Amino acid sequence: MHRIDCPWCGTRDEAEFQYQGDATATRPAPDAAEADFFDYVYSRDNPKGWHIEWWHHVGGCRQWVKVVRNTMTHEIHATGGPQSKLSVPKPSGSRLR
Amino acid sequence: MTNSHRMSTGGVRIDRNKTVMFRFDGKTYQGFHGDTLASALLANGVKLMGRSFKYHRPRGCLTAGSEEPNAIVELRTGARREPNTRATIAELYDGLEAHSQNRYPSLKFDIQSVNQLLSPFLTAGFYYKTFMWPASFWEPVYEKIIRKSAGLGRAAVESDPDSYEHSHTHCDVLVVGAGPAGLAAALSAGRTGARVLLVEEQAEPGGMVSPLLDVIDDLPAADWVEQSLANLEAMENVTVRLRTTLFGYYDHNVLAALERVSDHLSEPEDDQPRQRMWTIRAKQVVLACGSHERMMAFDNNDKPGVMLAGAVRLFVERYGVAPGKRVVICTNNDDAYKTAASLKQAGVEVTAIVDARGELSPAAARAREQGLRVDSGFVPCKAIGHQQVSSVSIQRRDGSGREVLACDCLAISGGYSPDVHLVSQTGVAPIWRDDILGFVPDMPIRQERSSGACMGTFDLAGCLTEGHAAGRDAAKKAGVKVGRATKAPSAPTEELAAPVAVWRCPGNGKAFVDFQNDVTAKDIQLAHQEGFVSVEHVKRYTTLGMATDQGKTSNVTGIALLAEARGEPIPDVGTTRFRPPYSPVAIGAFAGHERGKEFQPVRRTAMHECGEKLGAVFVEAGQWLRPQYYPKSGEGVMESIYREARQVRETAGICDVSTLGKIEIFGPDSGEFLNRLYINGWKMLAPGKARYGLMLREDGYVMDDGTTSRLADDHYFMTTTTANAARVLAHMDHAAQVLWPDLDVHFCSATEQWCGVAVAGPNARKILAAAFGSALDMSDENLPFMGVRSFDWNGARARIFRISFSGELAFEVNVPWTYGEAMWDAIWEAGRDHGLIPYGTEALSVLRIEKGHVAGNELDGRTTAADMGLGKMMSSKKPFIGQKLAGREGMIDDQRATLVGVKLKSGAQRLRGGAHLVADQNNANAETSLGWVTSVCDSPAVGCWIGLAYVRGGLAEHMGNTLFAENPIYAESPEVEICSPHFFDPKGERING
Repeated sequence: MHRIDCPWCGTRDEAEFQYQGDATATRPAPDAAEADFFDYVYSRDNPKGWHIEWWHHVGGCRQWVKVVRNTMTHEIHATGGPQSKLSVPKPSGSRLR
Repeated sequence: MTNSHRMSTGGVRIDRNKTVMFRFDGKTYQGFHGDTLASALLANGVKLMGRSFKYHRPRGCLTAGSEEPNAIVELRTGARREPNTRATIAELYDGLEAHSQNRYPSLKFDIQSVNQLLSPFLTAGFYYKTFMWPASFWEPVYEKIIRKSAGLGRAAVESDPDSYEHSHTHCDVLVVGAGPAGLAAALSAGRTGARVLLVEEQAEPGGMVSPLLDVIDDLPAADWVEQSLANLEAMENVTVRLRTTLFGYYDHNVLAALERVSDHLSEPEDDQPRQRMWTIRAKQVVLACGSHERMMAFDNNDKPGVMLAGAVRLFVERYGVAPGKRVVICTNNDDAYKTAASLKQAGVEVTAIVDARGELSPAAARAREQGLRVDSGFVPCKAIGHQQVSSVSIQRRDGSGREVLACDCLAISGGYSPDVHLVSQTGVAPIWRDDILGFVPDMPIRQERSSGACMGTFDLAGCLTEGHAAGRDAAKKAGVKVGRATKAPSAPTEELAAPVAVWRCPGNGKAFVDFQNDVTAKDIQLAHQEGFVSVEHVKRYTTLGMATDQGKTSNVTGIALLAEARGEPIPDVGTTRFRPPYSPVAIGAFAGHERGKEFQPVRRTAMHECGEKLGAVFVEAGQWLRPQYYPKSGEGVMESIYREARQVRETAGICDVSTLGKIEIFGPDSGEFLNRLYINGWKMLAPGKARYGLMLREDGYVMDDGTTSRLADDHYFMTTTTANAARVLAHMDHAAQVLWPDLDVHFCSATEQWCGVAVAGPNARKILAAAFGSALDMSDENLPFMGVRSFDWNGARARIFRISFSGELAFEVNVPWTYGEAMWDAIWEAGRDHGLIPYGTEALSVLRIEKGHVAGNELDGRTTAADMGLGKMMSSKKPFIGQKLAGREGMIDDQRATLVGVKLKSGAQRLRGGAHLVADQNNANAETSLGWVTSVCDSPAVGCWIGLAYVRGGLAEHMGNTLFAENPIYAESPEVEICSPHFFDPKGERING
C-alpha cells in the first residue's frame, strides 16, 4: 500500500488515487504529425527504477498529482502539481540492488 | 479420557480448575482451559493427528506454533467448519469439535497410504512427468484424479454466520512479537512516550523463554513476563494486542495484522467479530519475531512422536504435558539441553542426548555432570515404529557405533532459523551466517530493524539488550524525544557453543525436509540431477516450501541440501522470497463487512420510491438501481416492456433519467473547452439551446455521447451516459489541469444535485403544461425542439430540455434532488387524464432501437464516429481530442464495420444480440463473419424483430441484402434483411407532437 503526499490534501492512502500512467509524455501540438500523436498515445518506456507518473486524486481533491516513484522499491521521492517540474533523483540516491 | 501424559504439576498456560471437553474424530476427550488442541491431544496420549499430503503417511504434531506443517485439522462443524487449521494454535474451548483430514476411511487406516508403495513414481516433478500425455486427458481425467487425491479439508457449504471487521491504526513504533526481545523493545519505546503497538501471535507473551529455568532481572522469567505485560498495559501510550498475527509488510510501512478475536471461543460474544483485520501505518517497526527450529533429515523422521526439541519443551512448560515418557533428544546445538533440563525437572525420563558435535560443549558437559547420558558425535539415522516412534537408531557420523535406543518421543533440534519472513517481504535479502547456520536480514530498506532471535541472537541476555536498544532507536527515529538512557532488562550470560551442520543424516530411506508437501531429501537431489539448479526452480519443481506454512521449518534445510548437491557454499544458492501472508488468512477476514448487500454502495435516485409504488422491477446499472419495467398484474416481462413502448408512442410515458452523468461547466473559455473535448462545435450554440455531442478518446475511438446545453454565455451543462459519468469527469480533469491549464474553465459533477425525468409521447406537452401551470410557458415558440429553459417551480430552480431519445415529442425536466419525488407526483397527477404510464430502461431501449439511436451496446470502445454513422459530425474547423488518430488509415477504411439496421425475415422466430452476420449459413466462422448484431427488440412500432448491427462495408455495400444471423450458442441462423437503422418515423416528424 502506497502513501502518497497530495500537494493539496497531505499524505493520503493509495486507495484514494487512480493510477494514470506516464507523466513524462507531452501532448503534441494539434498540428503535429500523426506519428507524434501515435507516440504520445502508445509509446511508453517501462523503466525499472525511477519514473514520473500521474496519480489522479479521484477520491479526494480530484487533482492530477505528479509522483516521482521507484517502480522497483515503490519509494516516492517527490510529488507535485501538474505544472511542477519534477525530476528523478540521481542514481546514487537509489537503494536498488 | 485418560490424560495419561498430563503431568501432575506445571503448565503456566493451563488452568487445572477449568476442565474442557472436546471431540476429535468423534471421540470425546478432556483438556484444560488454556490448552491448544495439540497439547490436549498429546495429554491424552494421542500422537496421530493427520495424514500427509502426498503419501498419506501418519503424522503427529512437529511444532507447538503457527509453523506447524503436520497437524492440520478441520475445526468446528456446520456453517463454522474451517479446514486446514493448525492444531498447535487452535485454543481449546468446551465443545470444540475437530476432524482429521486427508484420510479415508479413518485416520488410523487410510487406504491411500498405498501411495507409499508407489513412491518411486511420486518423486519430484511427479505431476509434470505423469499428467502430460495425452493432452486430451488434462481436464476430463487428470484434473479429477489430482483434485480428489490432493488432501485438503472441506470448506463449509453454508454461508459464514460470523462477522469480520476491518480496522486501521497508526503508531510511532510497532513491535512484532512479545518474546523477550519484543517485550524489552516495547518497554523501552513505551517509556519514551512514543505511541507503541505490540502485537503477538500467541494468546500469551513470553515467546520461547523458559518460564521457570530462565531468570530475568532476578525474577523467574514467568514472573518477569507477567510484570512486563502489566507495565505495558499500564502505559497509556502503549497498546498490546495478543492473538494477533502480523502477516503482511507492505510498501511505505503499511502493515497488516489479523486479530483472532473470537477463535478461542465456541462462537463470538454479542457484537464481537470472529476476526479483525488491522491495517497498521507505523513510523518505525521493531521486528522481534523469533526463529524457527529445524528438523534433521533422517529416515522416517516424520513418525508421530518425532518432534522438534523446542516444541517438546513448550508442551512441558506451557501445558504440563509430556509428549513422551521416555525421550531421546538429538541435537546439533546447545538449545536442546534446555529441553533436557526442562524434562528432567518435570520428572520425564531423558534416555539420551545424541549430540552431533564431536566436542562436549559447556552445556553438554553440565548435562553429563547432572547424570544425563550424552552421546557426542552421534546423529539419528532412522526412526522405528509402526504408527508412532518406538525407538531410534543412532550412529556416529562416520557410520560406526550404530545403536538402537527405545523411546516414545524423539526430540530433534537441527538448529534455529531466524524468522526472516516479514523482513523478506520488504525486499531485504537474507544473508547467510555460518556461525549460527542461518540466514539473517541484510540492511533494512524500510523503517524497521530486527532484534533478538530473528536477527540471529539466541542468548537471552543478548535478546533483552538488543530489544531494549531497538525500541529506543525506533522511538527516536519516529521523532520522539527519547531522554536519558534507560537500563535494559538483564539475564545471566550464557555461553552458547556453535552448532554443527547436520543436513542429511546417513540413510537412504524417506528423510523428509518439507513435511506439509511431502518433499524428501532425495527429491531435492533428484531435481538437481534433472538439471534444476536455481533455488527458485527447485522450489517449484519439488514444491519445497510451497505449502501453507511457506516452509518455515524446511526452507533452510532444503537450501543446504541443494548447496550440497551443487557442491557450492550455501550463500551461493540464496533464498527464495517470502510473500504475504505470513500464515494463512481466511477470505472472510479480507472481505470484512464488504459482502452481500454491503459489497458495494447502492445508489438510488430521488424517485426510487415513486417507481417502487408503481411496481417497478429494478435493474443494476453500475451501482445505480433503475426501474427496468413496470409489470401489471399477470403480465410477463416482455409483455410489459412492449406495452410500455407502445403506449409512449400512443399517449405518453414518464421515465426516471436521474442516473445520467451531469456536469456544470462555467467560465469564459467553456465553449473553447467543449470544442476541444467534443468532435462537433460548441461556441456558436446559442444560450437556451441544447446539442448532441460526441467525444473521442485520444486514440480516435468514441468515448461517450450525450446532450449538452448552453445556459448562458459562460455556462454550459453537460450530460454523459450513466456508465461513463466518472470516466468523462476524470477525462475533463486531465484536459483542464494537465493539457490546457491556461483555459479559464471550471466544472463539477452535479449528477446527484439534479434529478431528472423524461416525459415522452404525443401528450407530453399537455401533461407538463398541466403539471407546471403558469410557472412555465410550454408553447412551441417558447420551447422549440432542442430548446432549454430554466424556471421557478415551487421555489426551486428547475430546468426543462426539449430533447428526444424516443423520437416522440419529449422533454426532460431537472429539479434539485430533494424535489424529485414532488416533481414526479405532480407530473403523475397531471398525466392521469392523458394516459401517462411509467416506463423503464427496457422500453427506453426498444424506443431508441426503433429510432436507430446508439447506446452502450454500440459504444463498445472499438467504434469510430464514422462507424456509428456520425462521421460528418467531425469538425474540420477546429482541433479536438482524438482528431489526429481518428484519421489513421485503418480508422477510415471503407471496409470497417458500420452501423446498419437488421430486420428479421418472416418465418424465423426471433433475433438475438451477439449473433454474427454471415452470407452463407453453411460457412459461418470467424473469417467469414461480416459483422455482429448489437441490440434487438420485437418492435411494436415496426411489427417485427429488428436490431442494430455493425457490418463490414455498411449500408453502402449491404443495403437490402439478406444475411444470416448466426448464433452457435442457440444453434440458430435466421435470415435478416439489412436496412437503414432509422426504422420508425425516418423523417423525424413525431418530435413535433
